[in-house]
Amino acid sequence: MNVIDVANLTKRFGKTLVVDHIGLKVAAGQIVGFLGPNGSGKTTTFRMICGLLTPDEGEGAVLGYDVRRDSRRIKAEVGYMTQRFSFYEDLTIEENLLFVARLYDLEPRRRSVAATIEELGLGGRRHQLAGHLSGGWKQRLALAACVMHRPKLLLLDEPTAGVDPQARREFWDQIHALAGSGVTVLVSTHYMEEAERCHSIGYISRGKMLVTGTVEEVVRQSGLTTFIVHATATAELMSELRHLDGVSQVAPFGAAIHIVGVDAMRVTASLRAFAAERGLPLEPGRTSLEDVFIQLMNSGDAAPKRVA
Amino acid sequence: MIRLFLVRLGAILAKEFVQMRRDRVTFAMMLAIPILLLVLFGYAINTDPKRLDAALLVTGQDHYSRAIVSALEVSNYYRFVERPRTAAEAERLIQSGAVAFLVVIPSDFGARVDRNDQPRILVKADATDPSAASNAIGALEVIARRALLREQGLEGKAAEGQGARMSIVVHKRYNPDGVSQYFIVPGLLGVILQMTMVMMTSVALTRELERGTMENLLAMPSNGFQIMAGKVLPYFIVGAVQTIVILTTARVLFHVPFVGSLPLLIFGILLFVMGLVLLGYTFSTLARTQMQAMQLAFFFFLPSILLSGFMFPFHGMPVWAQTIGNLFPLTHFLRVVRAIMLKGADWSEIGFEYSILALFIPVYAIFALLRFRRTLD
Ligand SMILES: Nc1ncnc2c1ncn2[C@@H]1O[C@H](COP(=O)(O)OP(=O)(O)OP(=O)(O)O)[C@@H](O)[C@H]1O
Ligand SMILES: [Mg+2]
Repeated sequence: MNVIDVANLTKRFGKTLVVDHIGLKVAAGQIVGFLGPNGSGKTTTFRMICGLLTPDEGEGAVLGYDVRRDSRRIKAEVGYMTQRFSFYEDLTIEENLLFVARLYDLEPRRRSVAATIEELGLGGRRHQLAGHLSGGWKQRLALAACVMHRPKLLLLDEPTAGVDPQARREFWDQIHALAGSGVTVLVSTHYMEEAERCHSIGYISRGKMLVTGTVEEVVRQSGLTTFIVHATATAELMSELRHLDGVSQVAPFGAAIHIVGVDAMRVTASLRAFAAERGLPLEPGRTSLEDVFIQLMNSGDAAPKRVA
Repeated sequence: MIRLFLVRLGAILAKEFVQMRRDRVTFAMMLAIPILLLVLFGYAINTDPKRLDAALLVTGQDHYSRAIVSALEVSNYYRFVERPRTAAEAERLIQSGAVAFLVVIPSDFGARVDRNDQPRILVKADATDPSAASNAIGALEVIARRALLREQGLEGKAAEGQGARMSIVVHKRYNPDGVSQYFIVPGLLGVILQMTMVMMTSVALTRELERGTMENLLAMPSNGFQIMAGKVLPYFIVGAVQTIVILTTARVLFHVPFVGSLPLLIFGILLFVMGLVLLGYTFSTLARTQMQAMQLAFFFFLPSILLSGFMFPFHGMPVWAQTIGNLFPLTHFLRVVRAIMLKGADWSEIGFEYSILALFIPVYAIFALLRFRRTLD
């Protein structure tokens, strides 16, 4: 049975369609990444899944409960980490955790709180007001608080925004450990390397789920062809490359230039000719997730010029 | 099930307590407001000025008139600065504002007392300040009657209904000395409780909304009733502290008598405060921001204070105003607190007001629960 099995979730705010018939099936223990530009509807989708917003259309089940009618049961078994820090800044770390422990009726309460503080490594700062924590530490506290009641489903809305690399790695280790123990995780992010840590990803744009699958699948589905030219990325060269037939993205990466095209035949032909003419070294490259997403963003956001 | 219900309620209660304790400024305000208002109303605003300039027109020469005049002169209320000889002259004095009062004892006063035929004293008052005037007139009645009884040798027998039936228009009871603080200070208990309770609770939900914590609160398991109860109950402690401060001040600084039953009053305060915190909470379900919630609260304060009988006599208002006034808990609480403190009223006399105070509780609670949304839509 899928932990999340919803179809046609739709949400309008006034006249604007914010989430447009999104369907999602997630099996237990999966980590699913949610990607998409700002304002594409990721947070809104999360809120519908955990019962904080009532969908205008659509139906389905979360953890076996009806997503429309059983939001109370869903809430009890879901851990939702909001995009914006939403614990109490005027309570201490310990008081915040105690509040959560009480609401979920965790027993023994003091012990769960103490253990969480210990795991966080916040032992010495338990009496510090949550509002005085740095951004990264707030994120850690929020994650700790929303896994304290051992939820079966975790919804993490940009949990690593503003978190340093070391903490981010620990964060992902923790998420994988949770998934290993059977917890299903839905995580939104703007970081590509984080998307690659997910079992599967979904790309959402303007409320529509454009692609889903594993990273490899998504890359393969995109049908993009990538080449690498070893040359200094001068403005003229970049511009010339951009205007070649079949080229849709040109981006400098260190001492090399990344060139992406939609139509393999065309981009290969034109690039080969160009490289031979200029005597530039050309080699086939690996299409990255970022290339795919940039492509999706451009085609989604009224930029037909660059679409072959 | 019930245990889980109480645990969740306890979670919210505990959190609210800590937040309340930590919000020092607000906490200080809740103590400062009663003291500030008490001092302002109790000392600075004197609705009962003494030693008012008055004119006295006595045409009779009988000993009753003389007794009343001398009693009035030694009382604190009047300072007879003019002794006009004719009615026209007296009229001019009050017209010009030279005096605020004109006391006329007609020439047949003594004869009427002897005949037991409704002796009358006429008072013309400059009623620009109606409450001041009515106090002075009330005092005049008491002073004059007492003097008359003494003169007739009937002192102490007035209760049996003997002696002079002297008539003066204004009738004032329970506060023969006209001390306005007796009237104002118990009323302040109601006004202060209303102000703080409604104001504090009116931001209960909007504060969570504005700080973004609402999203989290709603994502966790708790229902509308637990959130409501958890958010309003802590204010009972605040209400208790304020009540103690106000009643102590009333006693110590203003010597307001307390003739009735304290437990009965406390029960009334409980009903009143319960209604107030739920009303404030209702405002917080209506407003989108803390600012809006405050505006709603203040929008409510004005008519409720003006029409409650706190400053202006309730029965002096037109019927429509009385009808509106009756819709406010404060109106009923003022009757309760004054009746208990000043008149020593018991349950049978104020039970009706209690039932109305109690009625506000479910009305506000149900309205707030209906308005409360468990989602962010
Ligand atoms: N309560 C609301 N009322 C009206 N419009 C809203 C509301 N919440 C979100 N929106 C709009 O819905 C759209 C999608 O918002 P959402 O927060 O779901 O995007 P997102 O994908 O999470 O973006 P981001 O990456 O910036 O967090 C936005 O245009 C936003 O302005
Ligand atoms: Mg978002």
